[in-house]
Amino acid sequence: MILLVHTAVRPPGPTWAVNALQVTLLVLVAAGAAAVVTMRDPVRQAVILSLYGVVLAVLFFSVQAPDVALSEITVGTVALPLLILLTLAKVRGGQD
Amino acid sequence: MTPLVRRRVFTVGIAGLLAFYGWGLSGLPAFGDYRGPYGFLVDALAIHQTHATGIVSAVNFFYRGFDTLGEEFILFIAATGVATVLRELRGEHDREENDLAEGRAATLTSDAVRMSALVFVGPVLVMGWFLTTHAQTDPSGGFQGGVVMATAVILVYLGGQFLVFERLSPIDVADAAEAVGAGGFVLVGLGALMAGAAYLADFLPLGSPAGAVDASGTIALISFFVGVEVAMAFVLIANELLEQTIVVRKGSR
Repeated sequence: MILLVHTAVRPPGPTWAVNALQVTLLVLVAAGAAAVVTMRDPVRQAVILSLYGVVLAVLFFSVQAPDVALSEITVGTVALPLLILLTLAKVRGGQD
Repeated sequence: MTPLVRRRVFTVGIAGLLAFYGWGLSGLPAFGDYRGPYGFLVDALAIHQTHATGIVSAVNFFYRGFDTLGEEFILFIAATGVATVLRELRGEHDREENDLAEGRAATLTSDAVRMSALVFVGPVLVMGWFLTTHAQTDPSGGFQGGVVMATAVILVYLGGQFLVFERLSPIDVADAAEAVGAGGFVLVGLGALMAGAAYLADFLPLGSPAGAVDASGTIALISFFVGVEVAMAFVLIANELLEQTIVVRKGSR
């Protein structure tokens, strides 16, 4: 029965190709990743990381993965930069 | 090692890496080409089996619910670890916040920041609640919704209201709620055992029609518990870090 379902629902042939929006977003993601890595100041790095998360989320959305996009926004744009900023504040608080 | 030797070693290394990387890429399926079969099977079966139209949630909370349970406990343990490591030790005291320049009080949060942070609290909270309670119908889920709800609480802090923030999330209550969220997931699984099904099986009435908010049985319930757990875990982690970092600003309203 399962094999029947399998053959019944599989779309025929190759599905789709990359469109212009996705190419643009892929380039932006590559540029954003480079920006995150090359930024030396950790505070600015955290903010750029947050923006990079937004671009990545839009890319996921453009390839029809809204769930992954949402997870990327919550983890990459909110949670991770927030934890980094809080940790930096804690570390620097001791030095001042 | 001289710079010249180092550069040569690097050149050989990068050439080898690029060669193998290119070789690996050439064997990949085309972009967007999915060969199945599991995705197609789930696409075809999930709506009838679970009455959930949020197929990703159906996979997360039903088909691979046991894996998700493990992932949820990763966050639970992380929050517990942070709370343990950052607990207030004997001899640690809160100190007044001061400007770097001597004899100058710390600046207050500006009205613009305070206003824009507080304006977003309500909408963000509603958004988080929507995401948490609509895992079964839309692309969303307890994990995303939980983080968004926690963001609302953190916005209150950004608005310069640390005292309110502390009052909103007293550690004991947040601790208990987090435990309820994590335990709720486990209990839903045990409920299925009681009903004579496999652990984490969807034993509740599925409801109809498929795609209704109250349909899908345990998927909606588990998503809700996950939302509570995640929101409280993030509030706890933020609270612990903030307590370590920021000292209450006396002048803030």
